[in-house]
Amino acid sequence: MNESLLRELVPAVIGVLVRRGADFASAEDAVQEALIRALATWPDDPPRDQKAWLVAVAWHRFLDATRAEASRRGREVAVQAEPPAGPAPATDDTLRLYFLCAHPTLPPASAVALTLRAVGGLTTRQIAAAYLVPEATMAQRISRAKRKIAGLPLDQAGDLGTVLRVLYLVFNEGYGGDVDLAAEAIRLARQLAALTEEPEVAGLLALMLLHHARRASRTGPGGRLVPLAEQDRSRWDTGLIAEGVTILQTALARDRLGEYQAQAAIAALHADAPAACETDWVQIVEWYDELLLLTGSPVVRLNRAVAVGEADGPQAGLAALAGVDPGLPRYAAVTAYLHERAGDLERAAELYAEASRAAASVPERDHLTREAARVRQLLRR
Amino acid sequence: MKYLLLKHYRGGPAPIVDYGSIDQWKPEEVDAHVQYMRDFAARLEETGEFVDGQALAPQGTFVRYDGEGRPPVTDGPFAETKDLIAGWMVIDVESWDRAVELAGELSAAPGPRGEPIREWLEVRPFLTEPPVVTE
Repeated sequence: MNESLLRELVPAVIGVLVRRGADFASAEDAVQEALIRALATWPDDPPRDQKAWLVAVAWHRFLDATRAEASRRGREVAVQAEPPAGPAPATDDTLRLYFLCAHPTLPPASAVALTLRAVGGLTTRQIAAAYLVPEATMAQRISRAKRKIAGLPLDQAGDLGTVLRVLYLVFNEGYGGDVDLAAEAIRLARQLAALTEEPEVAGLLALMLLHHARRASRTGPGGRLVPLAEQDRSRWDTGLIAEGVTILQTALARDRLGEYQAQAAIAALHADAPAACETDWVQIVEWYDELLLLTGSPVVRLNRAVAVGEADGPQAGLAALAGVDPGLPRYAAVTAYLHERAGDLERAAELYAEASRAAASVPERDHLTREAARVRQLLRR
Repeated sequence: MKYLLLKHYRGGPAPIVDYGSIDQWKPEEVDAHVQYMRDFAARLEETGEFVDGQALAPQGTFVRYDGEGRPPVTDGPFAETKDLIAGWMVIDVESWDRAVELAGELSAAPGPRGEPIREWLEVRPFLTEPPVVTE
């Protein structure tokens, strides 16, 4: 059974139930139950029409749940048992689900969970495993999120910005448990890009593809982190890079630049360099300038300083750090790198050690510890 | 039976040998140490004894309630607390002896010149659910 094909059907099936009169929260629950049953029974007993099977099972689950609820409250069942057949505008339904699940009123972690379940078709158990929380906690997070957006109309355009941020968060989570979140984020971004012409959607998809292309080379033996400059470029996925670049060029041609397109442009310039020393840092700095204008983000300012350091030398890079908040994550790591390039190994070693203590992940901590050790070894020579 | 293996940055009995902080080691010694830790956890997954392992950042602070309608009081972070937990591993093993044996192996992680660092690890049994049959 192809689980990812099954998952692709989920948003459309939710859409069918909603059009038949189900509220979103109940429809989503019913489809989740149908999905779990499909995962259990399809391998032995595959249906002829997968979507029809899911719709039928989910609809019955929904009716059962509604009747049980109605009898608890002593009320009549309001929905029709036999739904009217109608045209199925599935693409609009799916797009609206993206907006609803990533609604700006939801905290990011809830929007992520709800999107993965209702749009991504993952089970609560899979999402919980990917985020290392108990299944009951994840189930609770999802139902609280659904209560929060209950009553919001499903037929309105939403905030594309929050949808993109949610997908970006999923992508950045990377690989957790048996679900590849990066690949799932790419699948959801592809699906979204097919539903809307917005250049920023294409920009985000391109950004994901260009980063995903480098995945195999990002870790070395024993899970060690390999920085961009040291990566084995022959292991980069040229197919993904070519696809990412094409998507990005089409988006840029629409002449409505946004932060994801600018980030993708930077990733494309890295992907384009046959060797680290051939990187077009001058152009990368220009893209960081654009990105800074678009976002004003302190993190962008920090990353820009690295690029300036490569384009105009480490002193210029250190000068570009003026006004950047030293409390930022990776600030110490960036200054360490620039001081090393400037030849101040003593200071660089101290800063790498400081950066390792401030690291937010174990691979990053171990990498920075090793950098400190490497520079100290240079000092002993 | 579940046990917590606690690794401390500071605290516990005096170290047998002081190898200095890990960033003072050679890069290949750092790699060997990190690899040993990974292999240890992977081996316990193989034997069905691994439950969980997490590392903690050294930063943190003490917090306490300060009365209705008032924000909590924080104290710290302290540059030099007596005890600082670096991380933990939870194992599920047959006996106390097995837990001690595994802690001993973990403490043999290599340091400078590949010598076992012999750091002190704290082993603590979990309190369990009450048994169904008590008589």
